[in-house]
Amino acid sequence: MSLKIKDLPIEDYWLSGNPSCPGCPASLGLRLLMKTLGPKTIVVIPACCSTIIQGAYPKTSANFPILNIAFAASAAAASGIVEALELKGRSNVNVVVWAGDGGTVDIGLQALSGAAERNENIVYVCYDNEAYMNTGIQRSGATPYGAWTTTTITGKKEHKKNLPLIMAAHGIPYVATASISYPIDFITKLKKASKIYGMKYIHLHSPCPTGWRFPSSKTIEIGRLAVLTGTWVLYEVENGIFKLNPPSNVLIDRNKRKPVRSYIKIQGRFSHLTEKNIDELQRYIDRQWETYLKLLSIGKIY
Amino acid sequence: MEMLETPLSKPSEGSAGITGYWRTFKPVINKSKCVKCLLCWIYCPEGTVIRINDSVDINYMYCKGCGICANECPTKAIDMVLEEEI
Ligand SMILES: Cc1ncc(C[n+]2csc(CCOP(=O)(O)OP(=O)(O)O)c2C)c(N)n1
Ligand code: SF4
Ligand code: SF4
Ligand SMILES: [Mg+2]
Repeated sequence: MSLKIKDLPIEDYWLSGNPSCPGCPASLGLRLLMKTLGPKTIVVIPACCSTIIQGAYPKTSANFPILNIAFAASAAAASGIVEALELKGRSNVNVVVWAGDGGTVDIGLQALSGAAERNENIVYVCYDNEAYMNTGIQRSGATPYGAWTTTTITGKKEHKKNLPLIMAAHGIPYVATASISYPIDFITKLKKASKIYGMKYIHLHSPCPTGWRFPSSKTIEIGRLAVLTGTWVLYEVENGIFKLNPPSNVLIDRNKRKPVRSYIKIQGRFSHLTEKNIDELQRYIDRQWETYLKLLSIGKIY
Repeated sequence: MEMLETPLSKPSEGSAGITGYWRTFKPVINKSKCVKCLLCWIYCPEGTVIRINDSVDINYMYCKGCGICANECPTKAIDMVLEEEI
């Protein structure tokens, strides 16, 4: 039976009054993460907005243990925690990495790849706000084509790196994409991941009002448009079986996808795009979908 | 030898102070329009939509006034009201 909002626990372990910007997807993501996994969870966080929004001494907004670690090291540190817990005979603790796109797609990738290859018992969640936000909006490997950042002032020339598929290529037991705008889907995937042994990777699309230049009230609306335009695709790869999740599963038909324009027109970071740029973004989205449709037809991809 | 106390932070609301002061607009729930879908509760990044069973209220001490709850409410039961007007 599918989960209902009413069934979710009232208890929060991520606390109110933290220093995140109004409308912050990282704050919402941490709230949902901990609401789902509960207090028997150790979270490893590399340098990112989620380090800062824990608040300043003597208070912390996290009512759960966090190991803040150097940028490149989160998956390695989590591997160590898993080993230590196993030696102590404690098998009922979730070990989670919560890392930004910079700390995952770029700087943390080798440690993550190593942990995946060793099939460490970790839930790794990348909250993807598509740039290095904490240091002032620099482009990352996850920044999409055309987006303004402070290091791509005329728009990024390259397309977004497809990390979930790179993780699937490791042959790990579970890979999923999720969106902050679809909390039930995200929570269901987290629950499933926490019950699987080995490396689990969840990539959470996370619109950031500060970095993407949109009003703080639009975080959820923009994340939803990313999915409904097919720019961000919700899927799972469970034991090698590729599956699209709602509502992405009904977007196989290209005519059901909204044009990418409806997603980008409400974001300041895309305000300078020309018609040619928008066409290129649309072509890229359509190409990505061809890949997903091929994976769907193969069924078991590893 | 005297040991230095480890500077451990303690879990607490308001790790950034009273963030309710950040608000320009304040969410006001019109209870007669609310259908108790709890969407505002699940989407609030701050956890400042308080859920009591299936009904909702706002924790104005820490609500930052982002407006997500009002934007996502399917029946438009939440108004964002300029602080001075209250
Ligand atoms: C080795 C190293 N390089 C650079 C930094 C500075 N730094 C801290 S957070 C950050 C940005 C992180 O970006 P991302 O991982 O996408 O998370 P976000 O801030 O966007 O949430 C940078 C560059 C650092 N702490 N360590
Ligand atoms: S910059 Fe973006 S991700 Fe960072 S705290 Fe602000 S809203 Fe959250
Ligand atoms: S305005 Fe934002 S912070 Fe305040 S209750 Fe609504 S969603 Fe939460
Ligand atoms: Mg980022």
